[in-house]
Amino acid sequence: MSGDNIFTGLTEEHDSDSRWAFGTGFTEALAGVDTTLPAGVDGQDLALYCQMLGDDALVQAQRLAHWVTDAPELEEEVALANIALDLLGQARLLLARAGQADGTGRDEDAFAYHRDPEEFRNVHLTEAPRGDFARCVATLLVLSSWRLALFTRLADSKDPVLSAIAAKGVNELAYHREYAVSWALRLGDGTEHSHERMARAVADVWPMTGELFATHPVESALAEQGAAVDPATVREEVHQVLSQVLTAATLAVPETFPPAEIAGREGRHTDELAPLLEELQRVAREHPEATW
Amino acid sequence: MVATVSRTEARRRVWTAAAAVTDPELPMLTLADLGILREVDLAQDGTAQVWITPTYSGCPALAEMRVDVDTAVRAAGFEHVRVRTTLSPPWTTDWITEEGRRKLTENGISPPGGAPQRPAGPVPLTLLPTRTVPRCPLCESAETEELSRFGATSCKSLHRCRSCLEPFEHVKEI
Repeated sequence: MSGDNIFTGLTEEHDSDSRWAFGTGFTEALAGVDTTLPAGVDGQDLALYCQMLGDDALVQAQRLAHWVTDAPELEEEVALANIALDLLGQARLLLARAGQADGTGRDEDAFAYHRDPEEFRNVHLTEAPRGDFARCVATLLVLSSWRLALFTRLADSKDPVLSAIAAKGVNELAYHREYAVSWALRLGDGTEHSHERMARAVADVWPMTGELFATHPVESALAEQGAAVDPATVREEVHQVLSQVLTAATLAVPETFPPAEIAGREGRHTDELAPLLEELQRVAREHPEATW
Repeated sequence: MVATVSRTEARRRVWTAAAAVTDPELPMLTLADLGILREVDLAQDGTAQVWITPTYSGCPALAEMRVDVDTAVRAAGFEHVRVRTTLSPPWTTDWITEEGRRKLTENGISPPGGAPQRPAGPVPLTLLPTRTVPRCPLCESAETEELSRFGATSCKSLHRCRSCLEPFEHVKEI
């Protein structure tokens, strides 16, 4: 960018559109990736599974974005925005994969902006109200520990695209968990007040954890084909991780995750999802001709 | 153009053009320095193909880099260019070259240490800060502190030197 003023670069004449990556057709998340389906993997199932993991990331990213301009400190705002951006990146890749796997060729925007709440497959914890900062830490701690455990295994998926997305995601999720752990320790083992707020946050989040380990038929079918991870198989590992963190944070450790049926994975959601999507989808739906 | 020079020479030109493109967020680094330029090739029909890999899944600079590579390779005389993405193996900061690390330091940004090893099995939980403490890129002091694990871009964290008191950025090990 030339000039002393950052805005001058934007108004200069250019002989190409290279300054503007958006709207140039270069934005597809999976452009040029070999997307052939591996033998023995059902495309429709794979597409649904990609939507589950993609929707978890998309909805959580949107929730986290609500901290922008509203976090306790600038550093935390930047951290939460960066975590949201990583998740949005994972969502883009996964939803793009879904559109190829189901044969419709729908792009990531079609999935993100033009599905109704009952078509979303995310777990309830991702759509739950934002709450205070302790609640944000508790939610992030649970979700990042769970997703990290899933992605570590998913890196061995028979589907090369899913495996590549997961292998990349592991590095990012490890940072997200580290961030949540550091705050859980600081708040839990902090002042009486911060301890009390953190304890309440864990208690509020815990009833929603059971759903994370309930297996959808598509997950078990794909797990058998070697393409997906049955979430029931990471239950013990995630509980162990959370126990260690909560103990070190001087917080009570609930003995088990509550039993739960699948809900969000089937498109059954709480009342929180519709307004969240309304905000996410509004511009795209009001201006169907817009590109970005 | 392709017909008049050997394929090897043409491939070399594609590589050179793509390798010189710079990262919009770390403009002192080229794609070659960053290690995100993976491969170039000439298709049968003469289309120049370039494979790049994202740093972070959500890296917003990737789309811009794709356009810049396309422009640079066209400017090198190739009419048809295809910029492709490859996701595997995932990029880590170990792909940043020695040259890239030198340029980062020269520009006041602390280069990454070794990327965290990921042996098979669960990612070990760390309850204590175990990350390497970067040296100050300005005065080389080892007495530095982390201000924020997340910086202005996904790839950087914020630090302060306790010796010269200057704040600086560090490219996170990933």
